[in-house]
Amino acid sequence: MIRLAVIDQHVLQFLARFQEFFQLAMQSVGRMFRKPYYYRDFAIQFDKLGFSSLFICVLTGLFTGMVMALQALIQLKPFAATSYVGGMVAVTMIKELGPVLAALMVSGRVGSAITAELGTMVVTEQVDAMRVEGTDIIQRLVTPRLKAMLLALPLLTIITDAVAMLGGYLISTGYGISPAMYISTFTQFMRPLDYLEGVVKPAVFGFLITMIACQTGLNTGGGAEGVGNSAKKAVVIASVVVLMVDFFIAKIFVMFR
Amino acid sequence: MGCEQMTNCIRMEKVCYKVGGRTILTDFDLTLEHGINRTILGVSGSGKTTILKLLLGLIHPQSGRVFINGMEITGQPEAAYREQRKNIAIVFQMGALFDSMTVGENVGYRLFEEGRLSQNEIEEIVREKLRFVGVEPALDLYPAELSGGMKKRVAIARALAADPEYIFFDEPTTGLDPIGVYNIVSLMNRLQEAGKTTLMVTHDLPTAYATSQRFSLLHESRLAFEGTEEELKACKLPMVQEFLQPTDASLFV
Repeated sequence: MIRLAVIDQHVLQFLARFQEFFQLAMQSVGRMFRKPYYYRDFAIQFDKLGFSSLFICVLTGLFTGMVMALQALIQLKPFAATSYVGGMVAVTMIKELGPVLAALMVSGRVGSAITAELGTMVVTEQVDAMRVEGTDIIQRLVTPRLKAMLLALPLLTIITDAVAMLGGYLISTGYGISPAMYISTFTQFMRPLDYLEGVVKPAVFGFLITMIACQTGLNTGGGAEGVGNSAKKAVVIASVVVLMVDFFIAKIFVMFR
Repeated sequence: MGCEQMTNCIRMEKVCYKVGGRTILTDFDLTLEHGINRTILGVSGSGKTTILKLLLGLIHPQSGRVFINGMEITGQPEAAYREQRKNIAIVFQMGALFDSMTVGENVGYRLFEEGRLSQNEIEEIVREKLRFVGVEPALDLYPAELSGGMKKRVAIARALAADPEYIFFDEPTTGLDPIGVYNIVSLMNRLQEAGKTTLMVTHDLPTAYATSQRFSLLHESRLAFEGTEEELKACKLPMVQEFLQPTDASLFV
């Protein structure tokens, strides 16, 4: 009976958090189009979330593109089909790996930072101080981060994709693939809807990463240890959610092909 | 007269508050009338800060009612009592200064948020408040560059910026040297002379006596005493006696 009660309590807690997540998400979206817009905070967050993640995304894209091309060329060579390597790199990067890898990098780097920052503000009573000063916490702390992420993650993903193609090309040159041959296969493999998928996914991932990070941060308790635990929790949840949601978005796009 | 009829008081009635299975407050009553400065006394961890948060509507009780100037805030969404809450400011125990903002931005925060005044007008008010608390030269510094005493004085300046009727102080003298304590006490007295009503939570008796006319003692989640300094000192209740003059029997209690 006691065990059942404990399970019951955990289920209720999970459902309460889930409800809280949707409530925060809806309130945040609603406030995106309401004054005050906090342009300065948006610019600061865009710099923190976007520009600061550029280098790791470039590195991730470059090496992923290179290794993909390398593996693909080894597989394609016996069939004399190495000319298709460009298309293979493009379709894998733009539709799947680009959005997912950029999201995982940003989740690890930025998601944890958002949670730690908000969590520290909670435990040092800065959030309470803002509320007493008459500030709408969601509008001030969550919405600028959400707007910045919705813009930054798709851009980072496009850059990651582009650098991955370049990395793939650098490896392909060693197999006698010309730039024209490399690029020409893009259109054979990719459809317009695939490009759309490559931009929709990071926008959805950005939304989820920000909301998970903000919700976890704003529910932090227990001092420095609590902040550390929250940051860790936010990264784990966001990473798993990104991978799960990736499948469902892919499934939806497959239905429209 | 109940506070719902009174427009110039902050009141909690029969408030019960529990967190994580632990009872913090049981049937707790408190009235903060305009012009009568009060201190809530109690040992560390007894729930004094919780009372301030309940009065501000930062948390809500499981039962009981809280009023700000006649408006019941219990169970209301935050947006509903944001206007009423503008009559109150709080100086948190550790200052709770926004560490990404300068001292000047911290002090002018509410005015910037309201957006009613020009940049120059806000700057003038910020300088005036910082001058009042004696830290004007720190205008462009960040909170991390300030000492504990300076942080508390900046927090007081921030509380004063929007000219509230009531100012709450959460352990304002904790961790300060005697000069720091003297500064804070003197500031609180000047605020009271300027017509502000203060509510302080502390376990520092000399500061409480120097700044308040009425006292409430919190003991084991209940209100154990309410009255003036003379009544407090004359009170024969064992928990009051123990708090005022701890003996060896109080060790590790």
